[in-house]
Amino acid sequence: MTAPLTSLDRPNSYIGRSLPRPNAKRLLAGRGRYVSDLRLPRMLYAAFLRSPRAHATIVSINADEARVLEGVHLVATGADLAKICTAWTGTLDHFKGMTSAPQLPLPLDRVVWAGQAVVAVVAESRAIAEDALELIEVDYEDLPAVVDIDVAREAGGPQVNPGSASNICFRSQLDSGTVDDAFAHAAHVVEEEFFFGRHTAVTLEPRAIVADYDPAAGMLTVHHGTQTPYQFQDLYSRHYGIPEARVRVIATDIGGSFGMKLHVYHEDMAVVGLSILLGRPVKYVADRIESFVSDIHAREHRVRARMALDTKGEILAMDVLDLTAIGAFSTYPRTSVVEGNQVIRLIGAPYRFRNYRATLEVIFQNKVQTSQYRAVGHPIACAVTERMVDMAAAKLGLDPFAIRAQNVIADDAYPQTSPTGYRFEALSHQACLKRLHEMMGYDDLRAEQAELRKRGVYRGIGIATFVEITNPSPAFYGVGGARISSQDGAIVSLTPSGEVRCLISVTEQGQGTEAIISQIVADQLGLAQEHVKVITGDTEVTPHGGATWACRGAGIGGETALQATRALKRNILEIAALILQEQPSALDIVDGEVVDAGTRNQRMPIAEIARIAYFRSDTLPPGTQAQLTVSHHFAPQGYPFAFTNGIQGCSLEVDVDTGFIRLLKHFIVEDCGRVINPMLVDEQLRGGIVQGLGAALFEECRYSDTGQLVNGSLADYLVPMPMEMPDILITHVETPTADTELGAKGVGEAGTAAASACVLNAVNDALAPFAATINAIPITPTKVLKALKRF
Amino acid sequence: MSGFEETILDEADETVRVRFVVNGRKVACEVAPRETLVDCLRGELELTGTHVGCEMGACGACLVQVDGRAVHSCLMFAVQADGARIDTIEGLTESGAIADLQAEFHRRNALQCGFCTPGMLVNAHELLSQMAQPSREAIRDALSGNYCRCTGYEAIVDAIDAVAKARSVGDAR
Repeated sequence: MTAPLTSLDRPNSYIGRSLPRPNAKRLLAGRGRYVSDLRLPRMLYAAFLRSPRAHATIVSINADEARVLEGVHLVATGADLAKICTAWTGTLDHFKGMTSAPQLPLPLDRVVWAGQAVVAVVAESRAIAEDALELIEVDYEDLPAVVDIDVAREAGGPQVNPGSASNICFRSQLDSGTVDDAFAHAAHVVEEEFFFGRHTAVTLEPRAIVADYDPAAGMLTVHHGTQTPYQFQDLYSRHYGIPEARVRVIATDIGGSFGMKLHVYHEDMAVVGLSILLGRPVKYVADRIESFVSDIHAREHRVRARMALDTKGEILAMDVLDLTAIGAFSTYPRTSVVEGNQVIRLIGAPYRFRNYRATLEVIFQNKVQTSQYRAVGHPIACAVTERMVDMAAAKLGLDPFAIRAQNVIADDAYPQTSPTGYRFEALSHQACLKRLHEMMGYDDLRAEQAELRKRGVYRGIGIATFVEITNPSPAFYGVGGARISSQDGAIVSLTPSGEVRCLISVTEQGQGTEAIISQIVADQLGLAQEHVKVITGDTEVTPHGGATWACRGAGIGGETALQATRALKRNILEIAALILQEQPSALDIVDGEVVDAGTRNQRMPIAEIARIAYFRSDTLPPGTQAQLTVSHHFAPQGYPFAFTNGIQGCSLEVDVDTGFIRLLKHFIVEDCGRVINPMLVDEQLRGGIVQGLGAALFEECRYSDTGQLVNGSLADYLVPMPMEMPDILITHVETPTADTELGAKGVGEAGTAAASACVLNAVNDALAPFAATINAIPITPTKVLKALKRF
Repeated sequence: MSGFEETILDEADETVRVRFVVNGRKVACEVAPRETLVDCLRGELELTGTHVGCEMGACGACLVQVDGRAVHSCLMFAVQADGARIDTIEGLTESGAIADLQAEFHRRNALQCGFCTPGMLVNAHELLSQMAQPSREAIRDALSGNYCRCTGYEAIVDAIDAVAKARSVGDAR
């Protein structure tokens, strides 16, 4: 399945071409402008005293000594900030019945996780602010900490929110109605309980913010390392009572985000308040230890799943219970239940079966909050589904490729609606399966595996199909009442020199947003990419839009740029037609020149049209008003999401004496619709896969029984390093969405979605001769040895 | 200020004059004894191309050259570097010493957010100065003190590999 040829496929099109990112040279020269680099005149520095207890009452705070330390400008507690900041609650209306306690920048009387910020100090340097923290005494009285999921669910057990009936944040159930019947008549049933460790984003630049409130202008400017400046403009405006037009959020270069930096953090809200209280710029950069106890975590899930099959290996039904623990609050404004919601809705997504039942229970506990992080819910849904499919294959004696080929929705059977209500426009599981089989050299790998087993070398081969959610419509947040836009806006201008400037609401985190937007604009207008300047990430300058999350930058932002540029081109050709006394339809623009549409003969440069329009409008026919700036918005319509799909494969080796796993090679066949820049797409896939491989083998936020994070440093929390990571082979199938002209879907999360599932299947495949199984990630050497009964 | 017999501030406030040759120029700074080299470079000297990722020598974002060797500037106090020759990403860029690495990283998109990149380049530069033709495995091994959360590392390995090969062809000429 390849994209049908359109105007986007003409020779020399910028669409579909691998080009380096114009904005990357600055970063290579050490000329990035990250928020952590920023220093403003009269800027002060904030530091936070954090709770050492997981759950405790704040009996008293004595900050007298800190207040008088030389260089300290302000010591603020929860009560000080509560006077100027309204509370927030992390619920959405479409998650019926969900609850969460109101949150303030700093707590008034109770701490609910170890590491929660309790007191803020603002001083002339970060060092002085930290000195002052040591002079503050907080008296705590311990409350019972809720750490374990089972303890949290016990009736009459300790409560995260005293006075509430239970620790349940949200419950949801999906039921297609005939699941029990399907299981009762099934020839085969497989069943497993899965454990998924918490992990966290570990962006290399920690969270950074500089809030600058100017009381004379009544204006708040926030330099914020975030993906979503407009969302924060709205939130700072509403929670601090400043008119939206007087709040400016600037998101410059950012050292990684992966979804982590689009949530409201207590410290960030506090820093805005501290700047308001002081009337001076206040900077806060989390240090790495603080990041581990305050950045959102993700994916603490325990899933019990059953799958029913007929005698031939046809999947008949799945029945799932997902328990997930999210910390003491649901994160604002996107909540902490989206992950679980996507787990239960994505399970089984590649397959044809119709009988599905799932229960989701989202549980409070005294740990760091969880929320959206790259591939929200996907890795869990994928691991559960794909491991069940492999277990079924083993039980029936089918090959993993064969059982998938038998059960995936056929490529010619779309559109389809999943039992969980997702509407799939067009996916390509069959094509992807076939390609992966070839790319892996699957039969040779199996032969090699068999050969090596005879010599006591245990290799595993794993595959995992996936479906990814991209290009979200208002169905995602808007309908739930969150002021998070699903549309984007662009302002495209022809400059007096004949170049094009595009201000657009999607943002750049290094994935290449600005690069692909400039490719689209250059392509659609008809000029060289180096003459297109793209500007992002400043609410004062760029139009309001959703920005970058949930793989929407290329699909929605890209379509916005495409439509805006087409409108600008029409306007340019109108003026050109007047000057040249032609019909606009008889003209085109190629490489910055207006040409005859038919012959391609050059007529005049667009720079000349710009010169006339801006400086010699007197030479244009009377009544002509050249419109060389176009503003345009685009909101996705049609399908609520543009689903993508793909399949990953991996080959690895398990050392059955030490439990160590060596990744040998990783493969992915991916279908993100129209590919704008193949190199950037491939790099998104590789980076995403490696984050998934980290989750599979290394990454876990480990807690003690008392709710202390015990590995919260970069020496203790293991992220993947180059030595441990395999080379990754990539192939594409292109099934463009027909909902847009561009046809692009998202790709940023596809790698992470299935990498851990793939490894889980491969490790189990390697351990098959020992009748040992693994049902938990990360798959540590200890878990392998325990499964082998050697530890 | 009154009412303090002694405060930790008094101690912390004492500064020491240190002199370095940074990116080929002599500079002098007044630093507190507790100030790390990276804070001095980024703060007093405004060389913000060197980054702080973990402050414990694990991630490699803060690598600079001290007397020609790659050093974690977060693990060294500024006073310890007194008298040293320090080269940061800014200096290595201006001198052209790593221009081929930078061009190859750019061509292959061996960076995304760019936060790890200066440290990655300093380490790659050191590797290639010590080993003319490292294998891919040796490159991966050498980079194991440089975390990158965006790229998955492969393009970085490819870029360094390509530069090593191009340099050795150049040498052979």
